Amino acid sequence: MASLPQDSATPAVPLLDVRGLSVALPDGADRPFAVEGLSFTLNPDEILCMVGESGSGKSMTAHAMMGLLPKPHVRVAGGSLLFKGRDLVTLPEAEQRRLRGGRIAMIFQEPMTALNPLMRVGDQIEESLRAHTALRGAERRRRVVEMLDSVGLPNPAELSRAYPFRLSGGQRQRVMIAMALACEPDILIADEPTTALDVTTQKQILDLIRSIQARRRMGLMFITHDFGVVAEIADRVAVMRQGRLVEIGAADEVLNRPRHPYTRALIGAVPHGISHRPEEPRRGEPLLVAEKVCKTFHVGGGLFRAGKPVVAGEDISLTIHPGETVGLVGESGSGKSTLGRSIVGLIRPDGGRILFQGTDLLSLSRRGFRPYRRAVQMVFQDPYASLNPRHTVGDIIAQGPVAFGESTARARERARELLRLVGLDASAAARYPHEFSGGQRQRISIARALAMEPKLLVADEPVSALDVSVQRQVLDLLEDIRKRLGLAMLFITHDLRIAAQICDTIAVMRRGRIVEMGSARQVFSDPRDGYTRSLLDAIPGKAWQIPAELRQTQAVAEAAP
Amino acid sequence: MLGLAQLFAGRLVKAAAILITIVVLNFLLVHAAPGDPAMVMAGEAGAADEQFVAQLRAQFGLDRPLTEQLATYVGKVVQGDLGYSYRQQRPVWDILWERLPATLLLTLTAFLLSLALGVLLGAFAAVQVGRWSDSAITVLALLAYATPIYWTGLMLSLLFAVELGWLPAFGYETIGAGYTGLDHALDVARHMVLPVVTLALFYMAAYARLTRASMLEVRGQDFVKTARAKGLGPLRIETRHVLRNAILPVITVAGIQAGQLVGGSILIETVFAWPGIGRLAFEAVLQRDYQVLLGIFLVTSVMVILFNILTDLLYGLIDPRIQVAR
Amino acid sequence: MTNRDFWRGFARNKGAVLGLLLLLAVMALAAFADILFPGDPWEMATAPFQPPLSGDALLGSDMLGRDIAAGIAHGARVSLVIGLISTAVALLIGVTLGAVAGFHGGWVDDAVMRFTELFQTIPNFVLAVVLVAIFTPSLTTIVIAIAVVSWPPLARLARAEFLSLRSREFVQAAVTTGQSNLTIILRQILPNSLSPIIVSASLMVATAILLESSLSFLGLGDPNAMSWGYMVGAARTMIRQAWWMSFFPGIAIVLTVLSLNLVGEGLNDALNPKLARSRG
Repeated sequence: MASLPQDSATPAVPLLDVRGLSVALPDGADRPFAVEGLSFTLNPDEILCMVGESGSGKSMTAHAMMGLLPKPHVRVAGGSLLFKGRDLVTLPEAEQRRLRGGRIAMIFQEPMTALNPLMRVGDQIEESLRAHTALRGAERRRRVVEMLDSVGLPNPAELSRAYPFRLSGGQRQRVMIAMALACEPDILIADEPTTALDVTTQKQILDLIRSIQARRRMGLMFITHDFGVVAEIADRVAVMRQGRLVEIGAADEVLNRPRHPYTRALIGAVPHGISHRPEEPRRGEPLLVAEKVCKTFHVGGGLFRAGKPVVAGEDISLTIHPGETVGLVGESGSGKSTLGRSIVGLIRPDGGRILFQGTDLLSLSRRGFRPYRRAVQMVFQDPYASLNPRHTVGDIIAQGPVAFGESTARARERARELLRLVGLDASAAARYPHEFSGGQRQRISIARALAMEPKLLVADEPVSALDVSVQRQVLDLLEDIRKRLGLAMLFITHDLRIAAQICDTIAVMRRGRIVEMGSARQVFSDPRDGYTRSLLDAIPGKAWQIPAELRQTQAVAEAAP
Repeated sequence: MLGLAQLFAGRLVKAAAILITIVVLNFLLVHAAPGDPAMVMAGEAGAADEQFVAQLRAQFGLDRPLTEQLATYVGKVVQGDLGYSYRQQRPVWDILWERLPATLLLTLTAFLLSLALGVLLGAFAAVQVGRWSDSAITVLALLAYATPIYWTGLMLSLLFAVELGWLPAFGYETIGAGYTGLDHALDVARHMVLPVVTLALFYMAAYARLTRASMLEVRGQDFVKTARAKGLGPLRIETRHVLRNAILPVITVAGIQAGQLVGGSILIETVFAWPGIGRLAFEAVLQRDYQVLLGIFLVTSVMVILFNILTDLLYGLIDPRIQVAR
Repeated sequence: MTNRDFWRGFARNKGAVLGLLLLLAVMALAAFADILFPGDPWEMATAPFQPPLSGDALLGSDMLGRDIAAGIAHGARVSLVIGLISTAVALLIGVTLGAVAGFHGGWVDDAVMRFTELFQTIPNFVLAVVLVAIFTPSLTTIVIAIAVVSWPPLARLARAEFLSLRSREFVQAAVTTGQSNLTIILRQILPNSLSPIIVSASLMVATAILLESSLSFLGLGDPNAMSWGYMVGAARTMIRQAWWMSFFPGIAIVLTVLSLNLVGEGLNDALNPKLARSRG
């Protein structure tokens, strides 16, 4: 145990003292323990950030603290969780319940599903007060409105009577925070509370959490995978990997002088702040010109009645030159995917023109469009949904060329070449998608697009479902292929940091319009639009500079399938 | 409340559209029936000479083009004219009207009973999941779901009426007893027990299984974790958070299955000699009285539409998202 | 999924194994009915009103001296054949309509779903009775009537599957790589939507058998085929004197339907292993 990192910042009585905690997984899981021999402390009035990639056990730790492990399959197998000296592991269920939500509260990642859809939000907060305080009905309701007000929600009295479906994601997360804080807990556990939110909303919620923590001097355990967020709020940082603690210490130490090789690799893979790559001059005629593209969806319509109109695209204009990478950046619902899907022909816009080498794709018939299908290919977001689970990888890659008349044998041979090109073994062709990790699947997805020998690649959030170290590898691959094959790319992302790394030109979208377009250098160093500025301002941890010696660190080796 | 009213209006429009289609279907079925309708009618009336058939043809407009006949038919149905049964020498509507209350009483009681008990048993099984009471409910539901209702009816009546003599084996009331007021109501209630239980048992099994499965699924959802994180007690979590959400799919299915339940009354009323529309259907089948049979088809369809509106309202009361979802 | 995984998933459900054994027994009974009980089941075999275990009638005889056991064995054929064929027809109608609606979307989807809803609103047993009564009872009309009233749930299921798979990224990828609609339906979507359809189909065979027996119970069975429902229906009025005449055919129906339901659940567990595990 001597080799375990020691937690130095320990005052006399920690609020929470975790000693040698182990959480056992059921038989047949990929490893016996979700968390193994974990020790750390949480003090009053501090923010401890727990960082790690998916499967590192950080969320399991939080669930163990709350007594929310999915029993009986997953259970605490050893160690203790001392809250003010009392061991939460051995405490009777009734006692635990009194602490849960009362003294220790938690907020979750997914605000869209974390509230009961059939209950008014005020009632859901009131439930907590009813369980943990002696307040009477009218007092409780007054307190509910007070809480909603304190998390910055408008019209709190009215809002307390609303059902969750009326609220946006950010508003729901505020309700969750109000609910967690209703009984003034000593410890707040926040499990990736901003991951599902847009970047500007994320900033607001982070600010809110930090200010409330400071005001109430709570112990806050903040779980995240994002080092930017860590840099933004942490007092201390704990880094986890595969159920074990690899490093813990003051934020300044861990972020700027990490000791453990894994921490160093992780930080090295973080998108490099707002630095951008050297500008390349535009060459030749534009490959693709989108002019005044517009699209309105109708939601919830029927046979005799039009649905509610939702404008996804309004007057979008964009130019892509050969060999150029254009980043299309915007928050969810801004219409960036609509444009991408219109270009590859998955959506038919209501108006405008999409000129590919001078031909308007929208004016073409189904048959006329077919030759252009090959030229424009797409890489999708979700590596788990973008490959047919019932086909071999070789078939998946070969199907496109075969549909265009290539012989099956030739297409298969080419598939094997392409697999090597994207950094996989040619033998992968005979295997099925479920045998591969997320990053590897995304490589297969890229190979499938390349099999069509496209001139333009539309990549729709291709790395947002991946861990940061894998993200880096896939981005490197895309950059490498773009250079080698001279591809043009439309790179759609919500993450400005990633766009900064890979794009020559940046287009910022908001509510179906492009509000600003320019070279990456110009957009990042001299943003002209107020919205762009607020986006840049919202990037978490922008003040933190990644230590220079880590920038070139090789990314963490991708986990074997 | 405006939302519910809107929903209700929307449902009525939809119901009307469905009803019109059913009337058209009914008309087509009349014409698909074997033989010349006039000949059949003449046969039913017991006189089949040429002149009478021709007279019938003219009288019922059967020599007109099909579309015109359809228009006439729809017009008549709207006015409540469902044709004439020569077997019984009475208008079909009169016969149906007389039998309707008994069937409504039977099916509505069975519907509400099966829904209430099914949800209750299913919820109990879900709370006790893995224990013996859960297994017992699961096995019983499985058995009830596999048993033809007419056979259940026969066996229950063999046990409780013939062998034990606790309940009357058939009929709507004790003939010739001349009960009035409360006595009459109690008498009918005693006669109702076996048919209602038989009809409800099958659907109760279905709803119990569904409720159990639905609750186990809802239990895994995020907002239940939120409720647990708040430190709520198990009873409150199961009732306020799990069951309320789990009940929605059960109500949807109950609405869809209302048609089957109403159809099942044919079998139940036959077994228990219950003087309703179902029993009438059996008699009409025996006598090949198509006019009555098609009238029953129409009336039972209307009943199902009413049941569906009932379940939709129930759903709308529980789920605030209803306007958005539909 | 490999065959071994499938059987392991299936065998984990003890009820499903029991159901499969039961079903095999019923199938064997149907297959060897002529050997076990040679001759016409409609013929008088012994004295009327013989109780079970008396003389040469294992399960007793009915009011015309027909052997109940022979009737059950021969009735197994009718039940299984009608159950299977009408399910096949219902699958054909339901999956085709559902696939078209789910894949095409838009107004086609709307129109097909309204049509399906209409058929779901109609009390299906009443429609089956009306159809069989009007078109005179025979194996064909019974199969058609059952199929006509049973397809809507399959159509809804197929539509839901197609609709959700249609927007999945691997299907969109097939579109962007230029595969034809037919290829996409047959190679990309259908194989991924089969599991729930297979499960529902197996449960639908059970429902079809119940429907057939109910029709026969009302005297709307094929007059030339001995069936369980007919046996119960014919013995209905004799229940006070001879319980066995309606009891044993009823047991045969219960066991057959039960076995199919159990097998259906086993298939569900085997084909959707994640769901089965989460249900505990």
